[in-house]
Amino acid sequence: MSAASAVGKVVVPPLIVGGLFIGVWEVVVHLFDIQPFLLPAPSAIWTALQDNWSDVWDAMLVTGQNAFVGLVLGIVVGVALSFVLMRFRVAHELVTPLAIALNAIPIIVIVPVLNNMFASTTEVPRRIMVTMIVSFIVLVNVAKGLRQVSATHMELMHSYAASPSAILVKTRIPNAVPYLFTAVKIAAPVAVITAFVAEYFGGSQNGLGYGITSNAAGSRTAASWAYVVGACAVGLTFYLVAVAIERFASPIRHAAPTSRSSHTNQQARGLDPGGATA
Amino acid sequence: MTTSSTHSSNSSSTSSLSTSAAVIVDRLSMVFNAGRPNQVDALTDIELSIQAGDFLSLIGPSGCGKSTLLRLIANLIEPTAGNVLVNGKSAKQARLDQDYGMAFQQSGLFDWRTVRKNIELPLELKGWNKAKRQQRAEEMLDLVQLSDFGAHMPWQLSGGMQQRVAIARALASHPPLLLMDEPCGALHETTREHMQAELLRICAAAQTTVVFVTHSIPEAVYLSNRVVVMSPRPGRITDIIDVHLGDERDEDTREDSRFYGKITEVREALRRVEGPGPDEVLPENATPPGPRGIEDR
Repeated sequence: MSAASAVGKVVVPPLIVGGLFIGVWEVVVHLFDIQPFLLPAPSAIWTALQDNWSDVWDAMLVTGQNAFVGLVLGIVVGVALSFVLMRFRVAHELVTPLAIALNAIPIIVIVPVLNNMFASTTEVPRRIMVTMIVSFIVLVNVAKGLRQVSATHMELMHSYAASPSAILVKTRIPNAVPYLFTAVKIAAPVAVITAFVAEYFGGSQNGLGYGITSNAAGSRTAASWAYVVGACAVGLTFYLVAVAIERFASPIRHAAPTSRSSHTNQQARGLDPGGATA
Repeated sequence: MTTSSTHSSNSSSTSSLSTSAAVIVDRLSMVFNAGRPNQVDALTDIELSIQAGDFLSLIGPSGCGKSTLLRLIANLIEPTAGNVLVNGKSAKQARLDQDYGMAFQQSGLFDWRTVRKNIELPLELKGWNKAKRQQRAEEMLDLVQLSDFGAHMPWQLSGGMQQRVAIARALASHPPLLLMDEPCGALHETTREHMQAELLRICAAAQTTVVFVTHSIPEAVYLSNRVVVMSPRPGRITDIIDVHLGDERDEDTREDSRFYGKITEVREALRRVEGPGPDEVLPENATPPGPRGIEDR
């Protein structure tokens, strides 16, 4: 399977479905004469996007940067924490409930608190928010990959009298790599969502989230939707880059659909805590 | 006691009490969860001496502790009582010295390593340099007749080929002892017979003592010099059956009357350990079932 046809298989069907959806939307708005402040037609959103392009682009950059910084920091923090948790059982028992509790607090509660802690023009609170969400996703998945080494592999390493550090380097870490990629794939779009939802709750007056709320408040519904389109574009970009990195880093794992790897992926996805928090 | 690393091909048939015992199991007992409600007496008073160059199979009903015995010899678990000597050393010292190789029912190959790198793994852990590792990996690939597959990833190979890689890995550092836990158990029947022939050839070439856990009577008879029959929990050795079908075993051996005779002998030994079997209570025309978890085929 060539790379081009693989991308084609992934990209084309959703494009067709998306095109159909937009077409039906356009027809329905005109057919039932729906007011633009309720639901603008896709053509109106497209016009608004063209009219406001430089503003939307700036907002995309602001939100994209926040999401990116938070994503990178979140991955670093999540991986570091998962190693600590694997090394110290006590830490595992202490930190895991704490991480779950922290993750269960909605953005709407934390962001205003963080906003109060920092100056009103800084992006730091939003980036901290993204970092927190991302690090949790990474922590849960990578810790699982480090811990859940197959029994046969462990017996084998013990039969070689392998030291704990050798077991870590030659067994646990390679075992956790696919889990990390799965976590990043889940976390990348969640980082974007978190970044712009965090903008709903005060702080600097920029970014996609601010663009959506301020335009919606001024009944400029089409312009508000233009920012939504921008948010989709940023989220999609993050996701596709994450998928591309995964394919590039471990092309072999995807060439053969072994039952084992698809099983572990499903397990890791089952743990996705991101959807509930945004 | 001296360690012998070279074995003559007929050392197994010498009955003299040589000092070259590869494994000595001395009054070994294993109790899991001792003193708790879920206490399991896995093994009781196991006595076994395995000569260098021997191919010995452990067979018994499911849960008789044959895998536990193998893991005790490998020092993957510590016994409740008794002693295991491997090459005259304690089992732990033998493990630390990597005096044995091990193969399991699952090949246990590392997905992220090529076939060649999988075979090199025990050598890496022993601290061999790269050139030496590569050379030995090539030799082992040659031995298991997979020279063309060194650069493949494990999942690109069939189940039987994966097991051959696992055996090559187990033998890579030339251990005098090979411990195998149903390495053919997950294979298809025809693959399994082919694998058994391969195993004989490989072990003869590597001159290794083998302890082999299986639940298949024909497999045990075909491969072994001696078959150790174990009773259900708590596991005990009830019979040790000498097989010795000769060094020139091939596909015809499987149709030999001596082969069938030994199969019957092992099967009857297994029936006895199941206690007063169900034969008496079964209707006349019903065939009595074999012991639990044992394959007659």
